Amino acid sequence: MPRSPDQSAAVRASLAVGLAVSAYGISFGALSVASGLDIWQTCVLSLLMFSGGSQFALIGVLATGGASAGWAAIASAVLLGTRNGLYSIRMAPILGGTWRRRLLAAHFTIDESTAVSTAQTNSGAQRTGFWWTGVLIFVGWNVMTFVGAELGNLIGDVRQYGLDAAAAAAFLGLLWPRLKSLQPVVVAVGAAVVAVVLSPGLPPGLPVLAAAIVAVAVGGFNWFARKLDVAPVEAAERAS
Amino acid sequence: MNVWTIVLIASVAVLALKLVGYAVPTSLVEKPGPARISSLLTVALLSALIAVQTFVSSGHTLALDARLPALLVAAGLFALRVPFILVLVAAATTAAVIRMLT
Repeated sequence: MPRSPDQSAAVRASLAVGLAVSAYGISFGALSVASGLDIWQTCVLSLLMFSGGSQFALIGVLATGGASAGWAAIASAVLLGTRNGLYSIRMAPILGGTWRRRLLAAHFTIDESTAVSTAQTNSGAQRTGFWWTGVLIFVGWNVMTFVGAELGNLIGDVRQYGLDAAAAAAFLGLLWPRLKSLQPVVVAVGAAVVAVVLSPGLPPGLPVLAAAIVAVAVGGFNWFARKLDVAPVEAAERAS
Repeated sequence: MNVWTIVLIASVAVLALKLVGYAVPTSLVEKPGPARISSLLTVALLSALIAVQTFVSSGHTLALDARLPALLVAAGLFALRVPFILVLVAAATTAAVIRMLT
């Protein structure tokens, strides 16, 4: 199929994002086996769940709470997965097509495929960006998950190599681009404080779920809705 | 509950959320409330996970150790727009070196 310049640009964007994200599948694989999952459970997560944030959340809760924290682990993964549902709503009119195609599209609907697609300027390039990014990351993420899981089994104690710190850094990488206005910054700080303060008293996994209430409260009442860069000006005007 | 059950329930639920989005009418996106809460929910959960993974040890006790400097290094590098994978390597290296020295 001949490609327009716009579609070629979408393919290039897909390659750049796809290769970087795939590489990071290796840390998911290694951390997952370190959290007590076996290689096959780790690979099924990447094949079937296929959503980095939810996968890391699930193994994070299992790492601290074990299988007895199962429901908290599932709830964390599902809550983090709700954003994929919103991406699906956004992608549906762009992708169009038959039901069979939509079923397949649903599985590839993640942060990166939606981001690359919606960054394109015409509908052909948007579809190209979505499918290229989705398929590329699906293949790369699953291959690297398997490699990482094998590697994790091989090296044993992943803490010695600082891989537990890499997991927190990976979450920070997902969080960072979302902190562009005051509202998410307030939610991030509030949620972190709630989770840490509740940790000594609650079973593992529950403090993270409790922190979700901060988002529901701030989002529901639309508190702190001003833009970050406007705030100092307003404060100065009020002071003068 | 065994680990396989947890893995399968969570995977099917996350997949179902993606499917549901293709079945609901587009007009739902135009409502700012649900979209805002969902976007903030992601922020809250990610931030809570970072905090727990940095300050909580073995599920219950609070601890300050090599994980905090590693997170600060990561934050500094993200602020400088260093590529994702390099930041992860730098954070892991920071924690590994501190643990080796202490």
